[in-house]
Amino acid sequence: MSDRSPDKPKVAFYWCASCGGCEEAVVDLAEAILDVVAKVDIVFWPVAMDFKRKDVESMADGSITATFLNGAIRTSEQESMAQLLRSKSQLLVALGACSHLGGIPGLANLFDRASLMQEVYVQPPSTINAEGTLPQTHYQDNGYSVELPVFQETVRPLDQVVDVDYYIPGCPPTPKTFLAAVQILLGSELPVKGTVLAPDCALCDECPRKDTKPEKPVFNEFKRPQQMLVDEQKCLLAQGLLCMGPGTRSGCEALCVRGNMPCSGCYGPTSRVRDQGAKILSCLASLVESKDETEIDRVLSTIPDPVGTFYRYGLPGSLLQRKRPDGVRQAPLPSR
Amino acid sequence: MPEISLLSGPEAVRVGFYVCHCGTNIGGTVDVKALAGYAASLPRVAVSRDYKYMCSDPGQALIEQDIADHKLNRVVVASCSPLLHEATFRRALGRAGLNPFFLQMVNIREHVSWVHLDKKAATEKAQDLVRAAVRRVALHKPLQKRRVDINPSVLVVGGGIAGIHAALTLADAGKQVYLVEREPTIGGHMAMFDKTFPTLDCAACILTPKMTAVGSHPNIKLWTYSEVVKVDGYVGNYKVQVKHKPRYVIDDLCIGCQECIAACVYKEGKTPDEFNLGLSKRKPVYLPFPQAVPQKVVIDRDTCIEFKSGKCKKTCIEACGDRLAIDFKQKETFDEIEIGAIILTTGFKTFAPERNPYSGYGRYPNVYTSLEVERLINASGPTGGEVILRDGKKPASVGIIHCVGSRDANTNRWCSKVCCMYSLKLAHLIKEHTGAEVFNFYIDMRTPGKGYEEFYDRLLDEGVHFVRGRVAEVSDWAVHPSEEGKLVIRAEDTLAGFVRRIPVDMVVLSVGLEPQADAQDVRRLFNISCASEGWFLERHPKLAPVSTFTEGIYIAGACQGPKDIPDSVAQAGAAAAEALALIDAKSVELEPYTASILEEECSGCKSCISLCPYQAIAFVEEKKRAYINEVLCKGCGTCVAGCPSGSIKQNFFEDEEIFEEIEGVLAYA
Repeated sequence: MSDRSPDKPKVAFYWCASCGGCEEAVVDLAEAILDVVAKVDIVFWPVAMDFKRKDVESMADGSITATFLNGAIRTSEQESMAQLLRSKSQLLVALGACSHLGGIPGLANLFDRASLMQEVYVQPPSTINAEGTLPQTHYQDNGYSVELPVFQETVRPLDQVVDVDYYIPGCPPTPKTFLAAVQILLGSELPVKGTVLAPDCALCDECPRKDTKPEKPVFNEFKRPQQMLVDEQKCLLAQGLLCMGPGTRSGCEALCVRGNMPCSGCYGPTSRVRDQGAKILSCLASLVESKDETEIDRVLSTIPDPVGTFYRYGLPGSLLQRKRPDGVRQAPLPSR
Repeated sequence: MPEISLLSGPEAVRVGFYVCHCGTNIGGTVDVKALAGYAASLPRVAVSRDYKYMCSDPGQALIEQDIADHKLNRVVVASCSPLLHEATFRRALGRAGLNPFFLQMVNIREHVSWVHLDKKAATEKAQDLVRAAVRRVALHKPLQKRRVDINPSVLVVGGGIAGIHAALTLADAGKQVYLVEREPTIGGHMAMFDKTFPTLDCAACILTPKMTAVGSHPNIKLWTYSEVVKVDGYVGNYKVQVKHKPRYVIDDLCIGCQECIAACVYKEGKTPDEFNLGLSKRKPVYLPFPQAVPQKVVIDRDTCIEFKSGKCKKTCIEACGDRLAIDFKQKETFDEIEIGAIILTTGFKTFAPERNPYSGYGRYPNVYTSLEVERLINASGPTGGEVILRDGKKPASVGIIHCVGSRDANTNRWCSKVCCMYSLKLAHLIKEHTGAEVFNFYIDMRTPGKGYEEFYDRLLDEGVHFVRGRVAEVSDWAVHPSEEGKLVIRAEDTLAGFVRRIPVDMVVLSVGLEPQADAQDVRRLFNISCASEGWFLERHPKLAPVSTFTEGIYIAGACQGPKDIPDSVAQAGAAAAEALALIDAKSVELEPYTASILEEECSGCKSCISLCPYQAIAFVEEKKRAYINEVLCKGCGTCVAGCPSGSIKQNFFEDEEIFEEIEGVLAYA
């Protein structure tokens, strides 16, 4: 870090509530990462190099050109890091589905904090916790006092916590998507603030099976890949599989479909859609063949986990954001 | 969401807000002064006023003047339903040189003042709605109405008296009319009657001249034994497919001589005759009734030996001789027609009295429905006009039971409107034909109509008995020797205050009117609505009684609700006049609420294509994108909601506009 060039853009990476796959995607750039590294100075990247919070605190406000933050915001520590990095960065980029829309961790918004704690620390058959001890935020021992982050009630995407300039979608973003996004950011003209740095067309546009999609696929049952031999050429929706492709932003080059698995929606909606799950539901529901209510119920009951299917990556960023905790009237969350 | 950046500069949005008192309709429940004051405090509102009647000329002039004086470029009017006055206020904007679509209406009458009592809460709700409209209107875009030509032909569906009258009215006005009837003849229910109330003129005498006129009118294309199977298009430009069922007789060659009927290998009829409601038998080749129009026989493939075995001697073909009119190989055919307007006169069916077990229908042979009795009395009916029971006897006493399947919580709640009068008519005719003693069992006598009450008085003088009360049961259980071998009607006599048992030879059930069994299918086919009972729904019960919510489609006669002949004919004339007014305008303005594909953004997923009820969306192979034909699009918004990538935009209902409105309603004041 001693050979920092004053005119090279300074870049930071940080990791909140996520699996780490997005950082992996950065590493997956392979040789291409060298080109990136040649053009920028990495000033903060805890997963790869030894940095401390105080290193960031000591930087001047706005001194980081761009911070790529992945992961949703669940704890008080993540929230405070997000605020810190925001103030130090000219551009804050939400990297990956969790940061963009809430991601898989966001499905925890179907539960409240208390029941999650019970589920994890008290109820598992492999857990012995007779006193029902739950994680604490303060701990005192031997004269030492430790402060631990608060586990918050709700998982939030980054833009519900701080102002976000750009988004890179995907769970994780493909190396190609990441590289293209970085090149756009390094370019001379920045896109409009709030842009998701990926094509703004749905996945069918780049799907190799597009031509096999019928004009009227009809559903009498929704199937899951393990229940059938999936035809490797034919449109997956036409085979009765729940493919989120029509309602999902493209840019991944239909990787899952090429692997004979339906799109699960990780690139999120296009810029014109506020609620990906509602949109894809509205589309699919009209393709159920029967007009009889009981039969429609039966067809829909073949979707075992509707929220996990239609909002797999986007519940916290959707219009509803979360399940209302029992008996609690939800205070309005800040809108994006 | 894009921030509204129209607060300043030359493009700055300047809203004029107007709240209407509507006399006390709104002013009595909503504090209009406070509402105007509230609107004045909202961003972008340049002028805010309240006025007694906004729809009046001075009210409209107020808007026009303000647009000029205050450089308004958006207008919000809080008054009644846009259905009533949106066009009025849009015209006012147009006169002031503003695009008419820069208007947003807030319905604070039907949605607020008429449905609430608490003035404070109602005013708060009105404020929420006004806030939403003021926010939405800022995003409105200038739109242009489209004008399309109108095809001057008209389709009439159903050849009963209403359809006949509508078709003739239009044809006489020089319009090309297609009259489609699914039975082999036109005439409908009226053709089955003997006499009509209250004048007792002969139904056939007044109907058949009109039927023949239809058959021979140069402007009417009559298609019997045919059904509409597909309806595409929109007001002024409907495309309809008509299926012609094979009658196995070539229309153009059959001269109606009926020699084939006489020559049929069946010497006697074996099949219950539909037109006589099964009271007589017909042969496989038949003419529904002597005055049928067209005079073309029909062959019923279900009972014809040639169709069943292929081994008939085919004496009918021999009889037909050189005319060569019989064709056993005939297939169903289709015609595609283009028309500008459609009149539905699909009529009704009668209540099936088996649903009321107390009536004894189907259990006792001498229990008849009123329609069966019409056929018995008719001179061309199964008994040649003699009222003879199934056992060959002439009844000496007859009981007529009113309201079977009407005004009954267990079956149909509605009054069928015609039964009191036709029951009186049947009482008169039965008495005239048989001299029998006639008892009418009624709940209330309902005889409003010209000459109707006088007819009732006449019947009272003729010595017909009237028992006021609902019939409990018809049975053959005799408790007294005088009841032996008779049907006993047990009914409460609410005027005398006790229960009567009246033994009679014949029971007539005055069955009510019901929507056709396939009314729901027909309604879907033509994209109109039904009321909850299944009758076709008119656009407005008082002011648009023969229009529907689909432009260019009209309804007349009993398909809209129970009606007698004069009312059906009056409605048919009204529907014909409405259709004439439409097509004589030569062209029609269409709302510009069409949807369009964002071509760059469309992924070509095809989700929208099958959703369109108007077949307006096509997939363009070369571009791998969907395309909406703007002329066919009716702006229903189904594809817009269904597009999973948000790549369809609808004029006047863009997502931004709707979200802005929702957020306006939900925002804290």
